[in-house]
Amino acid sequence: MEETAKTTPDAGRRLLSSVQMARFVARGALRLDAVVPPEMNAEALGVLADGVPGVPYGTPLSKAYDQGSFVARLLELPQVAGAVHSLVGPEPTIDHHAVHIREPRGGEAQPLHADAIIDVRTDAFDVQLMYYPQDVTLEMGGTLSVPGSHLRRTNESDTGRYQNLRGQDRLVCPAGTVVFLHHGIWHGGRRNESDVVRYMFKVRFNPQVRQRLLWDTSDVDDPQVRSELDAHFPWYEQASGRLERYNRVMLWRELTGDDTFDLDHWVTRVANRPQEPAV
Amino acid sequence: MSTAATTANSTTTDSTATSLATTSSTLRQQVLVLYLANSALDSWVVGWSRYDGTGRTTPTSGDSDEPPYETGVAALLDGWRLIQASQLVPPSPGHEYDVSFLKHEFFFERIVDTAQPRS
Repeated sequence: MEETAKTTPDAGRRLLSSVQMARFVARGALRLDAVVPPEMNAEALGVLADGVPGVPYGTPLSKAYDQGSFVARLLELPQVAGAVHSLVGPEPTIDHHAVHIREPRGGEAQPLHADAIIDVRTDAFDVQLMYYPQDVTLEMGGTLSVPGSHLRRTNESDTGRYQNLRGQDRLVCPAGTVVFLHHGIWHGGRRNESDVVRYMFKVRFNPQVRQRLLWDTSDVDDPQVRSELDAHFPWYEQASGRLERYNRVMLWRELTGDDTFDLDHWVTRVANRPQEPAV
Repeated sequence: MSTAATTANSTTTDSTATSLATTSSTLRQQVLVLYLANSALDSWVVGWSRYDGTGRTTPTSGDSDEPPYETGVAALLDGWRLIQASQLVPPSPGHEYDVSFLKHEFFFERIVDTAQPRS
């Protein structure tokens, strides 16, 4: 394994643990409940209703939002800044951001999709932050996402035929929750069946450094890391579920530089091609 | 529909199909799509979608966490007719470890007479 790139949290930034990173690699999502304080959540409702001016594609994070602005303060929160750093490293660029508003008793559910276009990078990934300033109930149509779908090679809404999958996550969360999503995860805004306008703010980050050992790696040998990476999701077909493990191992190897890492021999077995002649 | 699929009952000319062709018919099609854990029709349901030609319901993304049936055969036992099943397609060379769409997709239909009271 390579030398740890960054294991000490800077002041004002709380890096993710290896267990949390492993959870992200397995699920394609990491949820941080109520990490934004109530006063900022109250402020957010007005800010998001007014809209957040766009920034040009590729703007460095430090130059994207005015100092002291709501979005700048959101992204400076210790847990948010630490998660961004852990996932995409220092000074990522802003791909884009967007305010999503689901009107009460209106609108249609989005078809299940992955954002942008098919993205088959195996050694890099974008991350999307989703911030929910309100308590989100089931009736408010919180984001639907499918744990462990992020490594599927599908293009945008070609998955729209899939309405429900076992073990899907219909987001219900307390105000101030932030969810980080891998760019490939299948998701969609659900129909808002409540009488409340629902707000969500999304930012997509593009990494500018190699995404290797950017988190707090002091627990990288914790058995829980392996347990997280080996997670099974109920919607997996029996055979494809094994391939999901294979692909997770390959991603974990990229993130850690440890090309011997494996789960239950899945990768090692099929890579075994001895060249030494028998004696 | 997918070109990589087989269609059952494609030559059906029974009275049901004939009735559907008439503008005054009150018969409507309901469609159920089940995604199964392997290619066997009696395997576990991992995903599901519904489309309702009667207009009485409007199923959509993320509207339930519990599948309507536990297996494909359970849908048959409840009166659904299988009309299409995914073919088994070998992986492309070099892409054996890729994951993509759900592989085991089964389409069912049920014909409902909208002139009859809802059951």
